[in-house]
Amino acid sequence: MMMKKLFLLTLVMLLPVFAQASAGPAIQLDSMQADATDKASLQRGMQTYVNYCLGCHTAKYQRYIRAAEDLDIPEDLMTEHLIFGDQKIGEQMTSAMDPKLAAKWFGATPPDLTNEVNLRGADWVYTYLRTFYVDESRPYGVNNVVYPAVGMPNVLAELQGVQSKTCGDVAIVDLHGAAVMDAQTGEPMTEQSCEIFSIAEGTGSMTPAEFDATIYDLTNFMAYMAKPYKSDSQRIGLWAVLFCIMMTILFYFLKKEYWRDVH
Amino acid sequence: MGVGNPNRAKAESGIVRWIDDRFPLTQMWQDHMSKYYASRTLNLWYVFGVLALLVLVNQILTGIWLTMSYEPSAEGAFASVEYIMRDVEMGWIIRYMHSSGASAFFIVVYLHMFRGLMYGSYQKPRELIWLFGMAIYLALMAEGFFGYLLPWGQMSYWGAQVILSLAGAIPVVGEDLVQWIRGDYLISGITLNRFFSLHVIALPMVIIGLVVLHILALHDVGSNNPDGIEIDQNKDENGVPVDGVAFWPYHVIKDLVAVGVFLTVFCLVIFFFPEGGGYFIEKPNYEPANSLKTPEHIAPVWYFTPYYSMLRAITFPLFGLDAKFLGVITMGGAIAILFVMPWLDRSPVKSMRYKGWMSRLWLGIFVVSFVILGYLGTLATTEGRTIVAQLCTALYFLYFILMPFYTRMEVTKPVPARVV
Repeated sequence: MMMKKLFLLTLVMLLPVFAQASAGPAIQLDSMQADATDKASLQRGMQTYVNYCLGCHTAKYQRYIRAAEDLDIPEDLMTEHLIFGDQKIGEQMTSAMDPKLAAKWFGATPPDLTNEVNLRGADWVYTYLRTFYVDESRPYGVNNVVYPAVGMPNVLAELQGVQSKTCGDVAIVDLHGAAVMDAQTGEPMTEQSCEIFSIAEGTGSMTPAEFDATIYDLTNFMAYMAKPYKSDSQRIGLWAVLFCIMMTILFYFLKKEYWRDVH
Repeated sequence: MGVGNPNRAKAESGIVRWIDDRFPLTQMWQDHMSKYYASRTLNLWYVFGVLALLVLVNQILTGIWLTMSYEPSAEGAFASVEYIMRDVEMGWIIRYMHSSGASAFFIVVYLHMFRGLMYGSYQKPRELIWLFGMAIYLALMAEGFFGYLLPWGQMSYWGAQVILSLAGAIPVVGEDLVQWIRGDYLISGITLNRFFSLHVIALPMVIIGLVVLHILALHDVGSNNPDGIEIDQNKDENGVPVDGVAFWPYHVIKDLVAVGVFLTVFCLVIFFFPEGGGYFIEKPNYEPANSLKTPEHIAPVWYFTPYYSMLRAITFPLFGLDAKFLGVITMGGAIAILFVMPWLDRSPVKSMRYKGWMSRLWLGIFVVSFVILGYLGTLATTEGRTIVAQLCTALYFLYFILMPFYTRMEVTKPVPARVV
C-alpha cells in the first residue's frame, strides 16, 4: 500500500515537469491520413512527384519497377510516362541534376526524399507543401510557414497560384474549432489577424480544393515510398499475431495438462 | 564394458549409449533438464531469463542474415540498410526483428534483474550468478552501443559522438583515448568498421560465453524462488527436493506459455509499431550521418537514458574535478555499484516477502527513480528536469549505500520451512 501511495505521490509531483515534454512545435500541422490501399491516389502522387520534385530531389532508394508493381502501374506505361531520360525500369529514382551544381544554385544539395515521411512525418510534408507564401526578403521570393527561411522556390505555384499573407478579420474559435459568439449581440466574434493566406486571382491552374487533393496524393505517395513494405507488413502481421495467439492458447492448455499432477 | 566414465548416467543401449560412452550426453540432459529441479512456485517473474535467451537467439540469427547484405563503410552503410529494407526479400522483417529485438532484450533483462533484486537472487550462494549476469548486462550495453552506429544515420553518428566524448572527459589521457577508440580524428568509416567487428564477432562471443557461465552457475546451486527458500533442504527418499519440479518437461512447458505471449507482443511491434514510437528507431536516423550537421536534440536509445540522465544531472564541479568527468564517474558508479549488490544486502532473509518495510520502500524508490531518469534522458534538459534528475540520481545511489544499514536494522518476518 505504502509503495503504491509513494509512487502516486511521486508521479503527481512530477506532473509539471513532464507536462512541458508534451508541448510540441508551436506550428499547428494539418493532419493527413495516408492510405496505402488507394492505388489511384498513389499513382497520381507518383506522377506529381516525377513531374515536379524528381528534377531536384532524388528518391534514390526507390526503384521504378517496385513502384510499378506496388501501385499497379503497367510497366510500359511507367516507362513511357514516368521515367525520363535513358533510365531503365529496374533502376532507382535518381535525378539528372549534378549535386555539386545544385549545391551552388540552392546553397545546399536538395535532399533525397525517399525517407522524408519517415523523417518528418506525413503531416509535416502535407502542411509544408501548402504553406509557401510571398516574402520578398527571400532569394526565391517565397518563405514557408513550417520551414522558415527554406532555400527552395515554390515549384507548385503554377498549380496553387501565388499565395501571400494578408491582414483582415477572422472569426475567433474555441479549442474545439467552434465559432465564439458575442454574448450581447449573438454575432460571431472576430479579431484582427495578419496570418491570413490568400491566393492571387488567376495565378494558379487549380482551385484550392483541387490543389489540396493533389498534395494529399503526393504526400500519400511519399508515405508509400518511405515504407513500401507497409501494406505487406500489415497483411503478414495480422496472420503472424493470430498464429502466435493460437500457439499461446495451445501452450496454455498443454501447461495445464502437464501441471495437473503438481501440487 | 569399461568404456568411458563409469560413474555417469548412461542410456541402456543404442546410439545414445554409444555416445554416452564417449560424451556425457545423458548426464548433461539430466543435470540441466530432466533432473534439474526448480521450485514449483516460480511465478511470472521467472520467465524473463528464458525470454532473454530467446531474444539472444533471435539477435544472433537475424544478425547473421543482416550481415549478408550489410556493408560496413561510411559510403555504403546507410544505403545498404535501405537495400535490406527495400530490395532484399523479407529483409524488412529481419531488420525489424533485429532492431526491435535489441529493445526487447533490454526490456526482458531489466525485468529479469528486477526479479533478482526483489527475491534476493543475488544472495549467498548465488553471488557468482549475479556477477556473471551483471557482466552480461555490461557486454549487452557495449553490444547495443556498437550496433547502434551501424545504420550510419544521424542519431547513430551523433549518439556515438556524445557517448565517445565521455571518455574524453577523463583527465590527461581522455582525448588521446577517444582518438584511439575512434581510430580517427572524428567518427569515420574506420570507427564504423571496428564497431562492426566488435558488434558481430567480439561481443557476441563474450555474451554467449558469459551466458553459459551464468547458466552453469545457476544449475550448480539451483534456482531461487519467490520465498527465497532453498528447496534442496527438504528432499524425499530419492534425493529429489519435495517442492521441486523437474525443468523438463514442467518448467519448459510453463515457459512456453510465456514465450507465446512474448512472441505475440513482439509480432505486434515488428509488424505494426517497428519504430516503437520513435524509441526503438529514432526519427533522425532516417537521415544519413553528416559530421557537419548536429541534430537539434541528441538522445541516446532508451535503454541508456537512465545513465545519460545521471551524466547530465551532474552540473557542478567538485574536488577540483570538472562536472563532465564527475558525470562520467557517476554513470560508471551507477553500473559498478550493481556488481556489489550481494555484499550490500545484510538481511537474514532473501525474499522481499519476508523483508521489512524499509527494504520494500527503498526498492520502490529505486525503481521509480530509475524509470524517471530513463524518461528524462529522452528529453532536452530544463532547470526543473535537472533538479528532478539530481534528486533521482541521489535516491538511486542511496538505495545501495543505505542497504547495509536498513537491511540489518529492519524487523524481518519469519521465513516458513517450505515454499508457499
